[in-house]
Amino acid sequence: MSTQTLSPTIESLVERCDRFIEEPGFAPAVAWKNAAPNRAAIGCFPVYTPAEVFYASGVLPVGLAGGGNRMEIAHADSRFQSFICSIIKSTLEQGMTGLLDDLDGVVFHSICDPARNLASVYSRNFPNTPVEYIHFPQNFEAEEAPRYLRDEYERVALFAAELSGRSMTTEDLRAAIRIYNRVRDTIRRLYALRRDSPHLLRTRELYPLVRVGHLLPPEEHAELLADALHAAATREGRERDRIRVVLTGSFCEQPPLDLIAAIEDAGCYLVDDDFLIGRRWFTGDVPENTGDPLLALAEAYLDASLPSPVKHDMRVSPARLLVERARSHRADAVIVLCAKFCEPSLFAYPTYRKTLQEAGIPHLFLEFEEKMWMFDRIKGEIETFVESLLFD
Amino acid sequence: MTETHYQGKLHHLQKELMSEYYAALTASANGSGVPAAYLLIGGNPVELLRAFDILPVFPEVNALQLAVRKQSLPFIQSAEFMGYSSDNCAYVKADIGMYFGGRQTPFATIPEPSLLLCNYVGCNVYLDWFGHLAEFTGQSAFQLDIPFIRTASGKPSKEDIAYVLRQLHHLIGRCEEITGRKLDEEKLREAVRLSSLTGDLWAKIKHLTKRTPAPYDAYFDSVTMMAPLYCLRGTPQGLEFFETAYAELLAKAEAGVGPLEKERFRYVIEGPPPWPHLRAFRDMFSRWDAVAVASTYSTVGGLWEFGFTHDPDHPLESIARHLLEWNLTNRNFLQRYEQIERYLEEWNANALIIHSVKSCRLFSAGQGDMREYFTKRGVPTLLVESDLEDPRYFSEAQMRNRIDAFFESIAHRPTREGVTA
Ligand code: SF4
Ligand code: SF4
Repeated sequence: MSTQTLSPTIESLVERCDRFIEEPGFAPAVAWKNAAPNRAAIGCFPVYTPAEVFYASGVLPVGLAGGGNRMEIAHADSRFQSFICSIIKSTLEQGMTGLLDDLDGVVFHSICDPARNLASVYSRNFPNTPVEYIHFPQNFEAEEAPRYLRDEYERVALFAAELSGRSMTTEDLRAAIRIYNRVRDTIRRLYALRRDSPHLLRTRELYPLVRVGHLLPPEEHAELLADALHAAATREGRERDRIRVVLTGSFCEQPPLDLIAAIEDAGCYLVDDDFLIGRRWFTGDVPENTGDPLLALAEAYLDASLPSPVKHDMRVSPARLLVERARSHRADAVIVLCAKFCEPSLFAYPTYRKTLQEAGIPHLFLEFEEKMWMFDRIKGEIETFVESLLFD
Repeated sequence: MTETHYQGKLHHLQKELMSEYYAALTASANGSGVPAAYLLIGGNPVELLRAFDILPVFPEVNALQLAVRKQSLPFIQSAEFMGYSSDNCAYVKADIGMYFGGRQTPFATIPEPSLLLCNYVGCNVYLDWFGHLAEFTGQSAFQLDIPFIRTASGKPSKEDIAYVLRQLHHLIGRCEEITGRKLDEEKLREAVRLSSLTGDLWAKIKHLTKRTPAPYDAYFDSVTMMAPLYCLRGTPQGLEFFETAYAELLAKAEAGVGPLEKERFRYVIEGPPPWPHLRAFRDMFSRWDAVAVASTYSTVGGLWEFGFTHDPDHPLESIARHLLEWNLTNRNFLQRYEQIERYLEEWNANALIIHSVKSCRLFSAGQGDMREYFTKRGVPTLLVESDLEDPRYFSEAQMRNRIDAFFESIAHRPTREGVTA
C-alpha cells in the first residue's frame, strides 16, 4: 500500500509533461549535453527518425512538433505560401527567432514535398546549422530495399558522429535499440490499456506522456512511462456512455492539446490514434542482438512498422488496414483529422472514405491547424456526429 | 504591342505526331493488343518500355491536355466529390475524375494500364496518385524508388546507383511477364541510342536561346516540344521531330528572328504554366516584348542542357543516371536556385518570374525563399500565383496588373550588367 501512495499519479505525471511541453526551448536536452563530453542534440522533423542511430552516436534526437497555437508567424510566411501546412512555417519561424539555437543540427525526411523543400530552405537560411535529409525507400517489395536503407543509416551515422565528435560502435547501437525498444514497448502497453479501458486513461493524458519523449533522453522517458503505466493500471474509474473512435490523419503536424480534449469532451473515447506515430512506429521490438543492428533497424522499418500515409507499402491497402484497425479496436466510428494543407493525409482520405463506407463504418472528416485556438465549431460538429450515432 | 504568331513547321509536325500517338492509345484501349504502361514524367525511363513495345501513357500529359482544352474542371469536381481535397494536386484529381469518367477525353480514349510504373522521382504525390490507381484498377503498382539528391555533392551515391539498377532489373522482369517476351538487349540499346540523339538535339535547341534575339520562347514554345520529348522519345519519329525542330529554330536564330517583333526583356521563368489560361498568360509577357530565354519547367522530364546524354553502350546505367540526377524533380530545391542562376548568367537574362502553382508543391513550396534569394542578389524577381490545372485559381486582371507593374518598374532600371533593358 505504502509504495502505491508514494508512486506518482497520472494527474501529476501529466502535469509535469504539460509543463515540459509548454516551455519553449530544449532545457532537458541542454542539460543532457552538458552532463558529458562529446554530446550533441538534433532536431527531428516528423514523422519517423531512426533515433537509435543518433543516440548511439552521442546525439540526442529531439522531436520538432511545430509552434503550437501560441506562436505568431512573422517571418516564415514570406518564404512559404498560404497553401502550405503550418508546421513547415512554424518550424522555420522557430529557427528564425532563435528557438532552435540549442540544437546542433536538424534532420528532415522524405515525407512530403514541402518538408523536403524546407530542408533546403532551412540549410540556406542557417548555413551554420548542419541539415541532414533521409530518403526512406518507397519500394517495399524490392529485396534490395533493406540494404539500401541500411546504407542510408550508415551515412546518417557519419553525419551524427560529426555533430558529437564520437562514432558509434555496434555495441552502442545495440544499447540504443534496447532503450528505445523499452520506450516503444511501454507506449504500446499504454495504447493497449487505453484501447481496453479508455476510461482509465484519457487521450488528453496519454498524448503528453508520449509527446514529452520529444524532449527527454530516452532513459528518463522510459521511467516516466513506466510510472504512468503503473498509475493508469491501478487507477479506478467508471466507463461512460461514449462512442469508441479510432482517430487518424494527425501523424505530422499536431493538433492543439485543447482540441484533443475537446474531441473527448464531445463524447468520444479515442481508442487509437496516429498522433506522434514516429515515437511508436514499430509493431514490436526491433531485434537487439543481430550481427548487423543497422540492418535490423532498416528491416523493421520496411516490414514491421505501423501504417502511415507517408509510407507507401503497396503490399497492403492503407484503407483496408484502417477498417481492420477500427474493427480490432471495436470502434463505433473513425475520425479523420487532417492538418490543413497536409498533402499526405488529405490524399489518404478519399480511399479511406470509400472503404469505410463500404464497410459500414461511420466516419467524420475534420481539418485542424496547429495555430487554432477556438474549438466551439469543431466540437459542435463532433457532438452532432456522436449524437447521431448514440441515438440512431 | 506585339502579338505572338509563331506557328512553324514544328508545331504542325507536333500536332500530327501527337495525334498519331493518341490514336495508338485509343487503339490500345479498343483492344489493339499493345499493352500500355502508366508512368510519371519526372526523369521518365521510357526507353525501357520501348524495348518491350509497351506504350507509354503519361497521366500528367493527359491532365495538362485536358486543362489546355478547358476540359479539366468537371473531372476535378467529380474527384472532389469522391473526397479529394481542394488542396490536393489537381493533376491527380483531373486524372482520377477522367478515369472514373470512362477514360474518355476529347483527344483519346485512355487505355487501362497493363503496368502502373510509379517512377518515384522526387514528387511524393506520385506515390499517392499511383497508389490510388492501383487501388482503383486492382493492379499492383511497380514502385521504382529513386533516392533523392540529398548530399552536398549534388550527385547520387554509388549505393543509390546500385539500388536503382537492381530495381531496373526487377522492372525488366515485370515487363517480361507482361509481354511474355525476354528483354531484347539490342532493342533497348537502339531506344537508348535514339534517346541520346534526341536529347542532344533538345540540348542544342535549349542553347539557341542564348542568342539575341532568342529564336523561340523557352517557356511557351518549349512546352510544345515537351510532349514529344516524353511520349515519343526513343523512337525514330521522336528523333525526326527534334531534327525538324532544331533545323527550323537554328534557321530562325541565324536569321536573327525571334517569336516577337522586338525583344526587349529576357527573363527566366520558374514553375509550370497555367495550362487552362496559357494564351492569356503568354500575352501578358508578349505585350511587354518580353521573352523567356530559359525555364525550369522544361527540365522536369530531363535536364539535358547541362551535359547529360544517354549512353547506348551502358543503357541501364544511363537510364539510372537520368532518373537519379538528370532531371529537375529529383534535385533539391537549392540545386534549382543554382540552375536558375546559371540560366540568368549564361542565357543573359535580366529578370526572374516565379509562377507559383498551388497544385504542385514540389515546385512551389518555398518559392518565397527563392524570391528573397534572387531579389537580394539584385535580380528583379516577380512571384505570381495561380494553378497548372484548376482553372478557378487564375485571376486574369490581377495577374496582368502585377506583370505590368513589374515590367514598368524594371523598364528603366539598370540590369546586373549595367545595361538598361
Ligand atoms: S503536415 Fe503534412 S504536408 Fe505538412 S510537413 Fe507534415 S506531412 Fe508534410
Ligand atoms: S505535385 Fe507536381 S510533380 Fe507531383 S504530380 Fe502534381 S503536378 Fe506533378
